[in-house]
Amino acid sequence: MEKILTKQEYVKYVEEKSPKSKLARNMTRAFVVGGLICVIGQLISNLLRTRGFSQEIVSNLTTMIMVFLGALFTGLNIYDELGRFAGAGSIVPITGFANSIVSPAMEFKSEGYVLGVGARMFVVAGPVLVYGISVSVVVGIIYYLLRF
Amino acid sequence: MASKRNGKQTVKIQTPVSIASSACIVGPKEGQGPLRLYFDEIIEDEFWGEESWEKAESKLLRETFAKIINKASKTVNDIQYVIAGDLLNQCIATSFGLRESGIPFLGLYGACSTMAESMSVGAMLVEGGFADNLICVTSSHFCSAEKQFRFPLELGGQRPPTAQWTVTGSGGVMLSNQGTGPYIKHVTTGKIVDMGIKDANNMGAAMAPAAADTILTHFKDTGLKPEAYDLIITGDLGKLGKTICDELLRNQDLDISSRYNDCGAMIFDLERQDVHSGGSGCGCAASVLSGFVLNEMKKGTLNNVLLVATGALLSPTSTQQGESIPCIAHAVSISRNLS
Amino acid sequence: MLGNIQTYLSAFIVGGIICSIGQVLIDRTKLTSARILVAFVTLGVVLTALGIYQKIVDIGGAGATVPLTGFGYTLAKGAFRDVDQYGLLGAFTGGIKAAATGITAAIFFGYLASVAFRPKAKR
Repeated sequence: MEKILTKQEYVKYVEEKSPKSKLARNMTRAFVVGGLICVIGQLISNLLRTRGFSQEIVSNLTTMIMVFLGALFTGLNIYDELGRFAGAGSIVPITGFANSIVSPAMEFKSEGYVLGVGARMFVVAGPVLVYGISVSVVVGIIYYLLRF
Repeated sequence: MASKRNGKQTVKIQTPVSIASSACIVGPKEGQGPLRLYFDEIIEDEFWGEESWEKAESKLLRETFAKIINKASKTVNDIQYVIAGDLLNQCIATSFGLRESGIPFLGLYGACSTMAESMSVGAMLVEGGFADNLICVTSSHFCSAEKQFRFPLELGGQRPPTAQWTVTGSGGVMLSNQGTGPYIKHVTTGKIVDMGIKDANNMGAAMAPAAADTILTHFKDTGLKPEAYDLIITGDLGKLGKTICDELLRNQDLDISSRYNDCGAMIFDLERQDVHSGGSGCGCAASVLSGFVLNEMKKGTLNNVLLVATGALLSPTSTQQGESIPCIAHAVSISRNLS
Repeated sequence: MLGNIQTYLSAFIVGGIICSIGQVLIDRTKLTSARILVAFVTLGVVLTALGIYQKIVDIGGAGATVPLTGFGYTLAKGAFRDVDQYGLLGAFTGGIKAAATGITAAIFFGYLASVAFRPKAKR
């Protein structure tokens, strides 16, 4: 095949030929679903605030409840359907983080609870923690250096 | 040149090798597709009573294997070889599925081209007088393939429009030196073609040049014209890959479009079933061949068919290392008549 | 009593915008969802460090804290708070401490869910 087309030509040809994702449609869906998940978060935190909890407890409890909901709907085989519809709308919220931990845990249960569930749980979420935490250490150090 | 060779990559099968029987079992989604009436059995649930996807895939292969023998009215003792493979690491669906069969086993890995690869090897073994009857069988399972190659099933996300859907299914044939056909006439073994596509979500485009290469070589080696076939059917290029393969061939002055189709584009209803570019997986070509093609040949609506099963020879590791995708396509020509 | 409608509206809009940015990345750059998540968390940490994300949180409320950039915000804010309190050591304790609820909840509920539920094939 390379006699007729070079690899570069072929890759370019394929790129032109491949159907593109429907960006406008996908963005609208992501906007609406992502926005609604955030509204649920706002509702939970407003509810907690009326109970008189402090700001710190409110935000911690909200995170916990959102993560719980994400895990529950993943377990009920609903979150993946939502993700197929909403894309980033359900990946980006913290419920999506929960989904990324629960889904491999469920999937690899067949390999046992230690090397299956325990080890594979972080296949997708592990990098998030690695980079999130490492960068927070770096900015913490920079902040420390700038302060003195 | 060895006397049975016919050009650079093609072998001519001279003593008749007959396809004595064929069978396939597919999953529920395939069972809702346009070819549903051709399948021997449609399972209702992807676990099929097993504990894991991998075990379910082994069961698919094992049950298909048993059906092939039954449909030929043979027993296990009549079979001299089983030539089989699948997509999972170390081909475990196959080896665990055939663990209790007690038949000499040759395992193959040709990714989604395995069906044509096993028939190629099988036809040469029977033609060479090394076996009276042997079985070629492959399988794939959507869930076990997703788990190994992509992401966990419950992870919410979208697939790009070029992605393909791994077929849950198993199919196979029994090749025999006796019987009334259809017969295997030519075997064109593909070479590895890599045109630099790196996107594992666009396997159709990656595999299309391999398919076009093998088809071109087949006609060059045999001297046949596309009109010799009622149907030229590629393995699992899907909608996009099919269009590309057709265009590549037309650029080479070979027009097959009036008799060309693709297993991946046929097995699902692309508009209705949310499979994006179409089906893929070893089970795709296997079930379309043993379900649709061979049944239509039996009925007489198809007389001469060229099956070109395609495979993407990548692994998750090679993808993560940024490698492009080497691909392969093997062709087997099948005819109702001997002459 | 549940806060005025304004808070929900701004949560919806800010959260929606953050998610649609993610969608553009998915559709146009072929990034897998794991990379998107990493990018968002990192971005959240950096924007917080630059003092920008706090402003988004003030406007969007949950619309800014629920997306993963908000997770980065929590990490960075925690690191700064602990640096103020314990000096350099705080850079190492603050992040995880502040994000502990989210991480622990995800691990614990994830484990429970894997015990209780079974994956199902997509159709």
